[in-house]
Amino acid sequence: MKAVRARLPAPRLLAVAPPYAWLALVLLVPFLLVVKISFSDLQFGVPPYTPLAELQDEALSLTLHLRGYALLLTDSLYAATYVNSLKMAAVTTLCCVLAGYPIAYYIARSAPSVRGLLLLGVILPFWTSLLLRVYAWVGILRNDGLLNNLLMGLGLIDSPLEIYRTDLAVYIGMVYAYLPFFILPLYATLAKLDLRLLEAAYDLGARPWRAFLHVTLPLSRPGVVAGAMLVFIPAVGEFVIPEMLGGANTLMMGRVMWNEFFTNADWPMAASITVVMVLFLLVPLALFHRAQARQIAQQQEARP
Amino acid sequence: MADSRAPVAQYSGDPDEFVRVSDLVKIFGDTVAVRSVSLSVRRNELFALLGSSGCGKSTLLRMLAGFEQATSGRILLDGEDITDVPPYRRPVNMMFQSYALFPHMSVAANVAFGLRQEGVARAEIHDRVFEALDLVQMAQYSRRRPHQLSGGQQQRVALARSLVKRPKLLLLDEPMSALDKQIRQKTQIELSRILDQVGVTCIMVTHDQEEAMTMADRLAVMTEGQIVQHGTPREVYDFPASRFVAGFIGSANLFTGTIVVDEPDHVAIESEDLPRPLFVNHGVSEPLGREVHVSIRPERLHVGRGQPAGEHNWARGLVSHVAWLGSHALYQIRLDSGKTVEASVPSLALSQDDAPGMDDEVYVSWRPDSPTVLVS
Repeated sequence: MKAVRARLPAPRLLAVAPPYAWLALVLLVPFLLVVKISFSDLQFGVPPYTPLAELQDEALSLTLHLRGYALLLTDSLYAATYVNSLKMAAVTTLCCVLAGYPIAYYIARSAPSVRGLLLLGVILPFWTSLLLRVYAWVGILRNDGLLNNLLMGLGLIDSPLEIYRTDLAVYIGMVYAYLPFFILPLYATLAKLDLRLLEAAYDLGARPWRAFLHVTLPLSRPGVVAGAMLVFIPAVGEFVIPEMLGGANTLMMGRVMWNEFFTNADWPMAASITVVMVLFLLVPLALFHRAQARQIAQQQEARP
Repeated sequence: MADSRAPVAQYSGDPDEFVRVSDLVKIFGDTVAVRSVSLSVRRNELFALLGSSGCGKSTLLRMLAGFEQATSGRILLDGEDITDVPPYRRPVNMMFQSYALFPHMSVAANVAFGLRQEGVARAEIHDRVFEALDLVQMAQYSRRRPHQLSGGQQQRVALARSLVKRPKLLLLDEPMSALDKQIRQKTQIELSRILDQVGVTCIMVTHDQEEAMTMADRLAVMTEGQIVQHGTPREVYDFPASRFVAGFIGSANLFTGTIVVDEPDHVAIESEDLPRPLFVNHGVSEPLGREVHVSIRPERLHVGRGQPAGEHNWARGLVSHVAWLGSHALYQIRLDSGKTVEASVPSLALSQDDAPGMDDEVYVSWRPDSPTVLVS
């Protein structure tokens, strides 16, 4: 009986196979196609890039073009774009942590009856398309927009603040758009936190802020890490917000990629930018994953 | 401002009194959780608050710890009014029901937490942490995380953590409720031994009367936010003040009747449940004709096949159920009046072949000093 069961695939394997197959189909295969394109060269026609392998006169030739990668390394524009994208994503993430932690904390500690309403408030913006919401920010931040009209009407400023088409506008837009992604996982962690642990800390002589520092903060770390990743990773490749709110010199990978694809029709170049960006994203993702796995393993370590 | 909350607690004069709670009230919205509780706990005593869930005992404990603000009333600890002192400044520590150990800290860090808040020097913290862990025999587990320990081990760590600051008052919230039944009794005795060794004043909350009687020097029975009786376990068991206490602490056979004879050295009570009057060999301060309740403990009932002599304190019935519990047997006996009584008979008193069985006719009898007369 045991021998038969050992030869059959474990039920666990059957359960996890479909999601892995799905991921392979929609994530891995397209990515491999992108990798393939990144090693080709530009050509006119359909598709607009050279094939990787060619059979001609009974000779199979495999041509790896490194033009895209070479350009990435030699043209300082690309390096500057990567660094700037990472910087903008990092600043956005930091702002989301600083603004989102108090909000998540407040929601988690509020009475259950209003908690649902507050959470709804966090999710509510998702009911409108991101594009519309960013357009709304254009309307608010423009020189003759809502904000400037209000401040000038109140007599606080004489000339309009130049926010629209600057990095500041991009930060405002990105923090606005990504804040819910930080709040929700952190809220879930904070809501699960056992309040008796805080009482135990008070009981042992910790003032409220020390109890927060030594109990709440360390125990909410998984939520902070998860939320920060959810903000950071998409923010690096963000296209819509820098395109609509940023200035001409707001360098972000998403915009450069768009330009290569649609303005220059240089698919191999766009593909190599993408490959390098995914690697930039995969590194923090992998680190994050390892940290999580280590934490879970620590918690599940066998009892003595 | 504190004075406006009169009555001001006063020292009762008992030189051993260490904790004094006077007229403590806690109201949540429109629910009264604790209504005017007063109690006094002596130095180094283990005092148990016993009651079923929702009786207010946990709220009372939380007010002693400082987690809840009293609506009115005062709490005095060692002569000092701590009613409005926040929990982090009270010389009171609590062992939580679920232990509330910090999951992200090692055993040693959990125990050290309280000392760190006080700013005790590192070397001293180390010594005191290991002193406390030695006391509960957990020193070899100091590097473990709480989730790597069994329930019993977690409890010891929680105890060490609550003792390491040498609190004036230790609060125990249902200390055994998270443990398996098998190790509970052993742990109760062990815990009492450690507390005795340390010499700390304790207030414990429990719903388990056996636990309270095993561990407590004195106990108070609470119901509906009030203390209905307090005393040593023996006093409360032998002289329950009401039907509620009689039924809550141990089990009791209750009869309702009226006083028909009242002499200084005895009374007789007639009850519809019994064929002949109950004869009690101590006086009561109630008038003739007054309706009273009589409680007789199951172990005070004697079960036999022969008809007892005399005209008092016995009744005939049929055995309706027998539960063999090893050290004793529990008999359910249906009297001729229809009332079912419970009798606990020691195994030694039951001979192998003559022990009454199901549906056998038996006589239950009791001594005149066994019944307790209750008026409420």
